[in-house]
Amino acid sequence: MALNERDPVTGRETTGHIWNGIKELDTPVPRGVLMFLVVTHIWAIGWWFLVPAWPLGSTYTKGLLGVDQRTTVEERVAEARRERASWTAKIETEPYEAVLADPELMETVRQTGNQLFGDNCAACHGRDGRGSAGYPNLTDDDWLWGGTPELIEETVRLGINSTHSGSRIGQMLAFGRDGILDRNQVTNVAAYVYSLSHADYSTDKTAEQIAAGREVFAANCAACHGDDAKGNQDLGAPNLTDDVWVYGGDMQSIVSTIHGGRQGHMPTWDERLTDGEIRTLSLYVHDLGTVQP
Amino acid sequence: MIRQLTGSERQLAAIMLGLVAVVGVAMAAAGRNDTMGVHGLIVMLFAGALMYPLFSAIGAPEPTEDREASYYDDPIKVGIVLSMIWAVFGMFMGVWVAAQLAWPGLAFDGAWSTFGRLRPTHTSGVIFGFGGNALIATAFHVVQRTSRARLAGQISPWFVLFGYNLFCVLAVSGYLMGVTQSKEYAEAEWYADLWLVVVWVTFFVLYLRTIARRKEPHIYVANWYFMAFIVVVAILHIVNNLALPISWGSAKSYTVWPGVQDAMVQWWYGHNAVAFFLTAGFLGMLYYYLPVRAQRPIFSYRLSILSFWGITFFYMWAGSHHLHYTALPHWVQTLGMTFSVMLLVPSWASAGNALLTLNGAWHRVRDDATLRFMTAAAIFYGLSTFEGSFLAIRPVNALSHYTDWTVGHVHAGALGWVALITFGSLYTLVPSLWKRERMYSATLVEVHFWLAIAGTLIYVFAMWNSGVIQGLMWRTYTGDGALAYSFVDSLVAMYPYYIARTIGGLLFLIGAIIGCYNMWMTVRAVPETVSRQGDLPVAATVPGE
Ligand code: HEC
Ligand code: HEC
Ligand code: HEM
Repeated sequence: MALNERDPVTGRETTGHIWNGIKELDTPVPRGVLMFLVVTHIWAIGWWFLVPAWPLGSTYTKGLLGVDQRTTVEERVAEARRERASWTAKIETEPYEAVLADPELMETVRQTGNQLFGDNCAACHGRDGRGSAGYPNLTDDDWLWGGTPELIEETVRLGINSTHSGSRIGQMLAFGRDGILDRNQVTNVAAYVYSLSHADYSTDKTAEQIAAGREVFAANCAACHGDDAKGNQDLGAPNLTDDVWVYGGDMQSIVSTIHGGRQGHMPTWDERLTDGEIRTLSLYVHDLGTVQP
Repeated sequence: MIRQLTGSERQLAAIMLGLVAVVGVAMAAAGRNDTMGVHGLIVMLFAGALMYPLFSAIGAPEPTEDREASYYDDPIKVGIVLSMIWAVFGMFMGVWVAAQLAWPGLAFDGAWSTFGRLRPTHTSGVIFGFGGNALIATAFHVVQRTSRARLAGQISPWFVLFGYNLFCVLAVSGYLMGVTQSKEYAEAEWYADLWLVVVWVTFFVLYLRTIARRKEPHIYVANWYFMAFIVVVAILHIVNNLALPISWGSAKSYTVWPGVQDAMVQWWYGHNAVAFFLTAGFLGMLYYYLPVRAQRPIFSYRLSILSFWGITFFYMWAGSHHLHYTALPHWVQTLGMTFSVMLLVPSWASAGNALLTLNGAWHRVRDDATLRFMTAAAIFYGLSTFEGSFLAIRPVNALSHYTDWTVGHVHAGALGWVALITFGSLYTLVPSLWKRERMYSATLVEVHFWLAIAGTLIYVFAMWNSGVIQGLMWRTYTGDGALAYSFVDSLVAMYPYYIARTIGGLLFLIGAIIGCYNMWMTVRAVPETVSRQGDLPVAATVPGE
């Protein structure tokens, strides 16, 4: 063998090859590297014996531990269900009043409901349930469709203007756009509606317009919103006399509502959530509306 | 560019461009009611744009007889320029999508500018645009210098380079229009994929023929890696993209792989894209530019062998670690996990080989930011391969999977390894190719280095934190056995980290822009020199003959 060049820094010989000035040393693979290589391989081969690893035609080596991810996950889901059974059974079967009367159980409802609400409802109603324009606030005690747990359950189960065959239907007609009322009538009835929640709006100057609006209201709106405009929870028609609004209570928004109509869409959760989850959420939302100011 | 081609080669190039333009017309006609038609127009424009330099020099004097006695450097130079343009584009897109995650309003209500469309323009822009062009350029350089032979073709290097960039343009413009196969890193649709097959096979043949012309008795390690990169990427690309278009005039296709097989093929592809595109190819760069810059011999030839065969063999099996706890059978997951761990030592062998090569040159690492780029790259390579093997272990993956931890891991590799080794290599290559004494400004290289390091560290630490927090929040239960947090809660917790990541990415982008400026000024402002210690010339005869 030809004597190769020796590198002064490491004292190693080179391999004798040179590529555009690059040389290589003939250093052996360090012992530590080989040992580490062996350790990782032993670790790997150990796993092959313990768990499913190598295919054998139509089957595979099952491993000494006898584990399989499918059975593992089934067992663990069943175990988690058993652990929760103490309270889920109560929520699923006991009447709402009984659950509401049980402070410990309600604490569980608040915790579980918080996560369920965050994952399913917060996108529309906000993380805190306070809603935003077009999406009602669920934390006040003012309801379109009713605030008892039973009524909330129905809303959640069926949805509003949803694809469910039994969906709640809430239609605020497009009085202006569809030509049911003319422009004057729309502004008049808007003035009337506005005055219901803004007592100081009724002045001598506006009295005439409000009176005209009251007539339009009685003829066109009272059927749904009620003679006193306090709404009708069977139809999802909101109370127009308080200061709680889905679409906004300023004059401009009210005119738009009357002109173009409104149909809020709330999906049905009947098939997407379990009975227990729907009941938990109904209690949670009811609780939001009563506990918080 | 054109002056290096003979008259008949210029004619051939014109005919080829004409054919590409005809294909463009056909696509535009067949796909006139589809996004494919837009791609037809882009193909026509691309061919037309290349005809301009060709025809403006078509009558220029022909090259002299001794063309074969010099290295073919023009395609390398163009490749470097394209690589840096894509770097700025791709990293800008990265900063933009990072910012969108913190402030979703930055999509400005456009369809094209939604997160889902911009994210692949970022990944393809940096991996294929920046990384791919840098790989083609350095592969052309390394194979010629270490073989002492000119590239084995006059037009084919241009065909590979421009053909590849046409693929990148079709891919990225498609995503903005919503054209995608929905396979990560393989989003481009069927006609772009077919085109890439032609380009890539040409690349492979060109590389092999050049190696066959070599005047050195042995093939240098860097070439092994470049060849593994080219061969395996061809195989991966073809298998994962087997698909049937719904019609010849449509950009939509369906993969031939059903269900979980599709997932497995995709992540076999995906992980080996990481292995052979983002690792093997860049190891080729490392093995050439690091010893050249450090002026030291490679620490151990035997370690190179161990590492090369370990990486090429074990990586092939590791893809299923991307599908832990899914419908994929348990045994496939076990194989993916165990092969990922067996991969660790071969991966580290390369990182160690690089760092030990620096023994005797550490003073250069201290003084020379270019060499420091490559040193830091080797360290990040070692860190991310360790992390990768660790994340592949099923119980660890149960925590990390689907979280930002993965993203942090990817970017320790992509920024710390891929980008740093590329910048180090280009700072070595640019003065040498353009025959300048040095880069325009050593200070700017230094500034770039620290911006890149700061950006990478901020990015990676932010994602580690956010990933682990996410993973823990998703698995925290209340005393009653119910989940403690909703997904939105974990998003709220991510917010500060997403801002930090955007800042880190911005620093990295600024560094890349400074690098572009510095390279530009080097070519323009630093005078050419003959005193520069050059390469060994193309060898006329086999040594020793
Ligand atoms: C896609 C958006 C959306 C989602 C998601 C959504 N909601 Fe709604 N929800 C609405 C809209 C809109 C209304 C008001 C409909 C109307 O105007 O009549 C509404 C109304 C309600 C009401 C009636 C309020 C009242 O005053 O009577 C309840 C209760 C309710 N939602 C609960 C929930 C719960 C619980 C969830 C989660 C399981 C949920 N919502 C998810 C949009 C949504
Ligand atoms: C067919 C029944 C019906 C009639 C008739 C009707 N409404 Fe409504 N109205 C609704 C329903 C249901 C809603 C709730 C829509 C929603 O939330 O999506 C509503 C909502 C509104 C709102 C918005 C309340 C808020 O909180 O933002 C206003 C204002 C209103 N109606 C005014 C009127 C006026 C004025 C008339 C007569 C011109 C009228 N409505 C006639 C059913 C009706
Ligand atoms: C030993 C080497 C490596 C191993 C074993 C490894 C392993 C892994 C694992 C386990 C994941 C997480 C999969 C998930 O949970 O989703 C991952 C993701 C990823 N890694 Fe690596 N990695 C290695 C090296 C690298 C390097 C060097 C890079 C970059 C240059 C890289 C880029 C990526 C990418 C792009 C993903 C993202 C995939 C996704 O989007 O889900 N990896 N890798």
